[in-house]
Amino acid sequence: MTVNTEAPAAAPAAMTRPPTPNGAKKKQWAGLWFVLPFAAFYALFLVWPTFLGLYYSFTDKSLTGRPASWVGLENWAEAFGDERAWAALGNTAEFTLYSTPPLVILAIALALLVNRARKLGWFLRMAFFAPFVVPVSVVTMIWIWIYQPDGGLLNHYLQLLGIQDAAAPTLWLQDKNTAMWSVVITTVWWTMGFNFLLYLAALQTIDPNVYEASSIDGASWWRQLWHITLPLLKRTTALVIVLQLIASLRIFDQMYLMTGGGPDRATEVAIHYIYISGFEGYRIGYASALSYVLFILILIISIFQFRLFSRKED
Amino acid sequence: MTAVQETQTAAPSARPVVRRRRLRKPSVGAVIVYAASAALAVLWLLPLLWALSTSFKVETEASLGQDIHWIPQDWSLEGYRTLFERGDHLTWMINSTIVSTIVTVLTLVLCVSAAYGFSRFEFPGKRIIFGAIIAGLMVPGQALIIPLFDLVNDLHLAGTYWGLALPQVVAPVMVFILKRFFDAIPKDYEEAAKLDGAGHLRVLWNVILPLSGPIMAAVGIFTFIGSWNNFLWPLLVATDPSMMTLPVGLGVVSGGYGLFYAQNMAAAILGALPLLIIFLIFQKQIVKGVAGVGLK
Repeated sequence: MTVNTEAPAAAPAAMTRPPTPNGAKKKQWAGLWFVLPFAAFYALFLVWPTFLGLYYSFTDKSLTGRPASWVGLENWAEAFGDERAWAALGNTAEFTLYSTPPLVILAIALALLVNRARKLGWFLRMAFFAPFVVPVSVVTMIWIWIYQPDGGLLNHYLQLLGIQDAAAPTLWLQDKNTAMWSVVITTVWWTMGFNFLLYLAALQTIDPNVYEASSIDGASWWRQLWHITLPLLKRTTALVIVLQLIASLRIFDQMYLMTGGGPDRATEVAIHYIYISGFEGYRIGYASALSYVLFILILIISIFQFRLFSRKED
Repeated sequence: MTAVQETQTAAPSARPVVRRRRLRKPSVGAVIVYAASAALAVLWLLPLLWALSTSFKVETEASLGQDIHWIPQDWSLEGYRTLFERGDHLTWMINSTIVSTIVTVLTLVLCVSAAYGFSRFEFPGKRIIFGAIIAGLMVPGQALIIPLFDLVNDLHLAGTYWGLALPQVVAPVMVFILKRFFDAIPKDYEEAAKLDGAGHLRVLWNVILPLSGPIMAAVGIFTFIGSWNNFLWPLLVATDPSMMTLPVGLGVVSGGYGLFYAQNMAAAILGALPLLIIFLIFQKQIVKGVAGVGLK
């Protein structure tokens, strides 16, 4: 997660720091000592596992601890031919496809609304963002209960409204056709607040004069939205979508807790299959190869995100 | 960063507009906007309110197949009492507090130190090390769980607080953010301190840190929330219920309570409470922090 607050008053002037008269040439070893503790942690817990994982992917290493031997590309070949792996990747893509549009559109719509209801700003921001700070298992506990087929809140109201037959309640999390959507709805409720705050912040930086000029020209609210507001939110939207893609590729918690990947593996996602191969199947080598496929996919999107960030820096 | 400053300068100039509006009668449009947003906000909070309401019911009223009452007919703390009698919830809460505190403190110490080193010194290998750390921004932690688990096992840290906490400490993004903030602090202040004979550590402690309150708060809060809510890593490392963190304990153990819904929802409410309180206290910093993601 990225954080930012305002810089001290003199910041802009200091941004382009001119090289100090003698500092540039003089090497200061002291700096290394300040960097070293973090660098050591970084090397041990990030760099080393990255290479270790790559190495394991070429071995038949097992969680049982028996000596591992080199198997070459065997794991990789198996991974590319593994239907269950492809299905898990497909489910991950399906989740991304279902969850991204509501997460973007709802966030924009609510941010537009809250931006105009400024006197309620504090309460509204709290209400929409609050679920985001709630631990995932609390979220799933509440929603599993809401989704209960017999007497759960959702089915209760659907039956009250006459949409659902009381004799044939929907098995939200146990039915292949609804399980994915149920997890998507829960996820949207849980994480929408983050995107909402991003959009709200972007909206509040738009100069009101932009609208004044077009109001004088008689532009309707709808026209202003399409021709002024949304184009100005383009960068935020790009950012939200990229962050959403990365988060979706890494999805695991909700599925694990709500459906356990079922029914019939309909909601088994990539990380879940890696978890199953490694920790239930004890195949560290194979799980490492699977991890690396996912790793590369996420890396591609992250490079995209990185470019998005750095372009603004210029 | 510039955009954040714009918001700040834009705020005072926006105030007169609001005042002028207050004198006018509210338009129909404004009434609709307020009514709609308030209604949606309440709708959004319903799942939490439903959990809250159920947690105060007796089990017979909370159980499935009963009529839906948003206000308990028979107020009771039974759910909370049984929860505390079982005791494991408190254990998980303490575990989460310990782990998240270790992660937050270590992250702040290591990242501040590294950011200061990168911001203020030229030393051999600086570009290479910094480049490697920036590259780490793109490495997805979840894809590393297999080798990381193996490593923590080899270090004999599995099932310990250190095994839970240490792998979460590596946060290149925080180094990046702090470095950028330190870069923007004028060097004049330090020159004065150095003339008085202050060493590098003193400069960091007496000059840089007092100027970095808001950014330290933001980094600290987000690290704490992120660590508290981490699920996958503690799920792997803490297999013994006595070492589980709150999200894992609630997810893995409490999921098995089955039919005790009042107790279940009491656990959910107590599980949500610590961070909701932190969120309410630090709302300003958190909102600003999230906004910063999009505005830099």
